[in-house]
Amino acid sequence: MTTDIQPSSAPASSLTPVLEMRGITKRFHGVPALQGVNLTIYPGEVHALMGENGAGKSTLMKILAGAYIADDGEIYINGERLKITDPGTARRAGINLIYQELNVAPNLTVAENMFMGSELRRGQLLDREGMRREAEQVLHSLGASFAPDDLVSSLSIAEQQLVEIARALKDNSRILVMDEPTAALSDRETERLFEVIHKLRRDGIAIIYISHRMEEVYALANRVSVLRDGQYIGSLLREEISPERLVQMMVGRPMQDFYEHQRQTSVGDVVLEVRHLSDGRKVQPTNLVLHAGEIVGLAGLVGAGRTELSRLIFGADAKTSGEVWLHGKKIEIHSPGDAIAAGIGYVPEDRKDQGLFLEMTSGKNIVLNTLKEDAKVGILNWRSLGKIASDAVEDFNIRLANLEIRAMDLSGGNQQKLLLARWLAIKPRVLLLDEPTRGVDIGAKSEIYRIISDLAKQGVAILMVSSELPEVVGLSDRVLVMREGQLVGELGGSTGTEITQETIMAYATGASEVAAS
Amino acid sequence: MSQTELRPLKDDSGDRSPGQRRKASRNWLQVAGILPILILICILFSVLTPTFPTAGNIVNILRQASINIVLATGMTFVILTGGIDLSVGSILGVSAVVGVLVSLLPALSWAAIPAALLTGLLIGLVNGALIAFLDLPPFIVTLGGLTALRGVAYLVANGTTVLNRNLNFAWIGNNYLGPFPWLVVIALLTVLASWFILRQTVLGVQIYAVGGNQRAARLTGIKVNRVLLFVYGVSGLLAGLAGVMSSSRLYSATGLLGNGYELDAIAAVILGGTSFTGGIGTIPGTLLGALIIAVLNNGLTLLNMSYFWQLVVKGLVIIVAVTIDRLRRRGSR
Repeated sequence: MTTDIQPSSAPASSLTPVLEMRGITKRFHGVPALQGVNLTIYPGEVHALMGENGAGKSTLMKILAGAYIADDGEIYINGERLKITDPGTARRAGINLIYQELNVAPNLTVAENMFMGSELRRGQLLDREGMRREAEQVLHSLGASFAPDDLVSSLSIAEQQLVEIARALKDNSRILVMDEPTAALSDRETERLFEVIHKLRRDGIAIIYISHRMEEVYALANRVSVLRDGQYIGSLLREEISPERLVQMMVGRPMQDFYEHQRQTSVGDVVLEVRHLSDGRKVQPTNLVLHAGEIVGLAGLVGAGRTELSRLIFGADAKTSGEVWLHGKKIEIHSPGDAIAAGIGYVPEDRKDQGLFLEMTSGKNIVLNTLKEDAKVGILNWRSLGKIASDAVEDFNIRLANLEIRAMDLSGGNQQKLLLARWLAIKPRVLLLDEPTRGVDIGAKSEIYRIISDLAKQGVAILMVSSELPEVVGLSDRVLVMREGQLVGELGGSTGTEITQETIMAYATGASEVAAS
Repeated sequence: MSQTELRPLKDDSGDRSPGQRRKASRNWLQVAGILPILILICILFSVLTPTFPTAGNIVNILRQASINIVLATGMTFVILTGGIDLSVGSILGVSAVVGVLVSLLPALSWAAIPAALLTGLLIGLVNGALIAFLDLPPFIVTLGGLTALRGVAYLVANGTTVLNRNLNFAWIGNNYLGPFPWLVVIALLTVLASWFILRQTVLGVQIYAVGGNQRAARLTGIKVNRVLLFVYGVSGLLAGLAGVMSSSRLYSATGLLGNGYELDAIAAVILGGTSFTGGIGTIPGTLLGALIIAVLNNGLTLLNMSYFWQLVVKGLVIIVAVTIDRLRRRGSR
């Protein structure tokens, strides 16, 4: 993470705020989502907006972008009142939002995407040359390594994000809202993005930056504002920021010991053994052993093959070689169904895309893996299933009014707990977790850590893929590091080495080998 | 009748995040769906023509609706998985011709109904296999089926009308069980059985899961291919059943039988509130959708409206009904 560039702290108080939101209130069906929220943003500052999922950050930003209309409250742009009634008004006022789910058309070129909806014309015809030229200029100023004529589908996620930023700049954006922009980026890409953000700030653009990651807020923000339960809690200047203080503001209580996990000293029996497993592309032949009651962190850079390895163990992708042994017996896994039957669970990385059934009720989401529980000739036993679901809600403290609530209406943390509950219902002996706390707020995070820790205590063998190093260090009994499809390092456990962020990164980046040679 | 199987946990509403408290009334609304529209149309016709609300005419409407109800029920399974089956009208034609031909064979006449059903089932399974295992788009596969099977129906019928004055299953199309025509009884039994499968069986939940999120369904160990095979199989089987029903009423079948029926079936499903992208929808909704179409056909004919105008009105009512439904659902969001 770049910390070498020190953002200037408090903006001069004489400056006119580029944006002032006063007393913003919004209700959905009488339920308040925002209550009298204030937010003041100065030009040239990076303003972090923090709060747990469901605190109202997205609602506030959607009101700013004209996607929602506030029930009450006023918005001032450069000191002038502006009624934002639709996205067009917001855009013309220089407000641009970059959502987590990118808003690009992959089948069109970069330039076409940048000018979508505001195409340049010569007479009645498109001025392709003009658009290309203008796009070129903006891209150059951002230091982009791709050309206006490149197809967006050929770009990486980070580059697609840059296309969106370029589009905003082309529209003379003055306020740029970024919603968890680094969620899908590697560390390298994150660093590049930060450079772009620093440049935008120097150009006087105000950036509202929504993130759950404390390090990013440290690296970037001039100020932080915190929302909780739809209310404005307060703002901190850069030099006032501390993790304890932010967490307390966000959750309304002091930060407890975050990782409660006691590292295992004794090793249980071998539960899962993987031998020479490979998919012939992303995963080189890999050996791996998991013991009962052990949490094994699988670290590495994005693209190192961690997700691919866990999917391969689970039977979600086809292997080209290798064997999986469970409790000393070789098992054949050709599909996720085989893995589940053997007692292996897999919580995928992208819960909305690969995990949840958003339109279905929470209750059904929980019992989907255990439908056959007490079922007779395929006929469901709703009484048993209802009990499984309500027990899970109780056990995992999933916050919902009843089991009929659709999964899409839950916050990210509760969705993740829903997914965990589904997998725990199969009573797994091995649990593969892929980024179990991604996009989850701090309160839910600590609860998920507790659940994982408890599972290990009950003897479940856990393999946890995670890109958050503090999480890997805090929770793992042993850490495996993957690079370019191979396991390149092992820390903790019987190796006797200490698990630190530095050693993990050294293996993940290949720095350890450079040093050794 | 929406997805309300799991009982509420308990009745506390404090300490919950916002946006979770609009349940009971909305579920009811989704169940009711287009019922108000059906009632409105019925009232309108009752005022306009005195023959409409008579018992005899209502039985008539149900009988006219029965074949579309059966087709639309099968179509609901398919659309719930996010697919489409354009071939049901043609499957109906092929099955009907096969059924009547078999009934003409003295030694095998008992096998007429099984033969027709089996024909439909097999064609449906072929559709399903192409879609599930070769990963072809359902629209393309069944569009091909629509055309090719129509040709097959003409070929099997040898281009003429296959007639059997002593059709052994003619009772289906012309006899009554108590006050109800057998056609209506069969349609309702189909609805009940399908409703049961979707609501009360493991397979039913899996169908919704596949339509809601295919990737996630695979990762929860659901055999997605088998589910797809099943839904297209059901659609084919029910199209075969509809073939039996059509030909039994006519004592005959031609290659043209069932031409264009797939559109009414799809319209009924969509009217019933089933989402074209899959994962959302109910059998009772489809039943209501099919009834709206049948009531329109019947009422407009009673009003002596010309066939050309009937088509115009029917099409517009479908669009308006779905529009109203969407607007209201957006309002409750």
